[in-house]
Amino acid sequence: MADSLIEVRDVWKIYELGDVAVHALRGVSVDIGAGEFVAVIGASGSGKSTFMNIIGCLDRPTRGLYRLAGTDVSTLSADERASIRNRQLGFVFQNFNLIPRTSAIENVELPLFYGDVPLSEQRQRAREALAAVGLSGREEHLPSQLSGGQQQRVAIARALVTRPRVLLADEPTGNLDTQTSEEILEIVRRLNEEQGLTIVLVTHEPDIAAYAQRVLTFRDGLVVSDARQAAVRRSVAVGRHP
Amino acid sequence: MKLIRMTMRTALRALRRNKLRSALTMLGIVIGVAAVITMVSIGQGADAAVQKQILSLGTNLLMVIPGATTQSGVRSGWGGVSTLTTADAMAIKRECASVAEVAYFRRQVVQVIYGDQNWSTVAQGTTPAYQVVRDWPVVSGSFYSQRDEDTANRVVVLGRTVVDHLFGPGEDPVGAQVRIKEVPFQVVGVLESKGQTSWGQDQDDLLIMPFSTAERRVLGTQFIGTVDMVFASAVATGEIDEAAKQITDLLHDRHHIQPGQDDDFTVRSLNDMAKASESASKVMTNLLLSVASISLLVGGIGIMNILLVSVTERTREIGIRMAVGAKGRHILLQFLVEAIVLSMVGGFAGMLLGIAAAELISRLAAWPTLLSPPAVAGSFLFSGAVGVFFGFYPARKAARLDPIAALRYE
Repeated sequence: MADSLIEVRDVWKIYELGDVAVHALRGVSVDIGAGEFVAVIGASGSGKSTFMNIIGCLDRPTRGLYRLAGTDVSTLSADERASIRNRQLGFVFQNFNLIPRTSAIENVELPLFYGDVPLSEQRQRAREALAAVGLSGREEHLPSQLSGGQQQRVAIARALVTRPRVLLADEPTGNLDTQTSEEILEIVRRLNEEQGLTIVLVTHEPDIAAYAQRVLTFRDGLVVSDARQAAVRRSVAVGRHP
Repeated sequence: MKLIRMTMRTALRALRRNKLRSALTMLGIVIGVAAVITMVSIGQGADAAVQKQILSLGTNLLMVIPGATTQSGVRSGWGGVSTLTTADAMAIKRECASVAEVAYFRRQVVQVIYGDQNWSTVAQGTTPAYQVVRDWPVVSGSFYSQRDEDTANRVVVLGRTVVDHLFGPGEDPVGAQVRIKEVPFQVVGVLESKGQTSWGQDQDDLLIMPFSTAERRVLGTQFIGTVDMVFASAVATGEIDEAAKQITDLLHDRHHIQPGQDDDFTVRSLNDMAKASESASKVMTNLLLSVASISLLVGGIGIMNILLVSVTERTREIGIRMAVGAKGRHILLQFLVEAIVLSMVGGFAGMLLGIAAAELISRLAAWPTLLSPPAVAGSFLFSGAVGVFFGFYPARKAARLDPIAALRYE
């Protein structure tokens, strides 16, 4: 696929831990097109987190090629990767990762600050992003004053405020109850469907992977299965997992 | 510019999140800067006070003190034996080109009586030139004249302290009759107050009368013709050393002192005293300054310590910032600005505290203090430099964190 948004070619990641070389990724090749909703599943240690770190420009492959929107980002410097993260990628984490004792709106403004967005525009855009995830009126709340689901929604607002091409979600519902998980996944699904945002979501729960149109299964540093599926429209499946 | 402003805001917010800790961290710098400013103020104040007192002795003043002689192997100190005579003093005035005026005196403690009041004080017999040499004006009446000296008139000029002890408030002593050693004297003038010397002696506790009168009427005739001290004023400040040399040469000649023999007199100039006290107070100021600087240094280490703790504590936050696009320099700048804000705010508070402490000390302990603007500005800027210096290492440590490890940090 020449017009892939994410193009990963024979990527290896090897960690040297003392005398032992750990092969976290052993020649992974994946293409993800714009507007896809991809779930990445696998047991812990399967390499899915390493894959996400590389996709998210937090880490560099030991070997291989990674192109994001046509640009080879596998050889960029730390500062250049920071720029890419800021402009093209949005992150949502399992433990929300909001800055403590800092209001919701200030958390959302953070990427805009590093992206050199004019001060006057920052507040407005952050307000809009919070409204988009249904948190109007809670701008000044601290993370400690928000529920888990609300915190994760702030995190989503923060990920989207820079209008990225890709949303990377690493177990976004891992710390949430079923009801709230559903709400969060619904937001993610809507972003994909209505705005055409490309989503890569890591999870270990098949029910959650069911929201995606495509599921990548990792095992021992390799993609062992790449399946396209009809994504569930309703979140009925969620909540019945063992 | 915007980056600075935003970073400033972030830093202030971070510091506000931990108010008590920020305040305690600043305390080191506050105390350091306050100590520097207070110490320098005290040092400079003491120096200025001593210089003023030295100047109050008179301008371009030289003192010739008899003594330091050897008699039968016994060496007496300065002033031990009256080896200086009125003739020596006349000769100095006559023959030393760099000497403008010469005055000499003898002193004795006497009792002075006015009405039903009495007071023991120093009676000083001296020539009218004394007033010129010591640059000592009268505040009421006048100093006695050369004619009083020539005819040994019983006139006296009183020091402020003597007036205060003998006369009631508002009473004008000029024209009054006082008795000194049972001899009646007429008060012709009151001297301006000179205050205390640096060694605590009240300069105003004396009365001055013509030398001839003192010799004949008051001090007794035991050492007639000798003087306790000769004051000479140089023609100009630059001539002081030359005048001292001329006096020394002249007295060597008059006292038949061979080369290698001990002098039976000493010539001292105010320059020597001023220099000595200046170097003493400089040593003192430097000593105080170095002690104060150490506390600034300790304050700086405190900042570094707290920032290192803060970097560790906020590892996750740093990871989040990096994940959303913060570059190394953003993180570096953030922590550096925190350090600078801590130290500058501390420095500013220390500056105010130091100024207040200096003021308080001069009020309560009655020590003279002199605020030194260079010391105030210098210690404030130095506190900023301390922030940069001690903030850099923790800030760099934060900037070099690996985003993945930082994000996973628990």
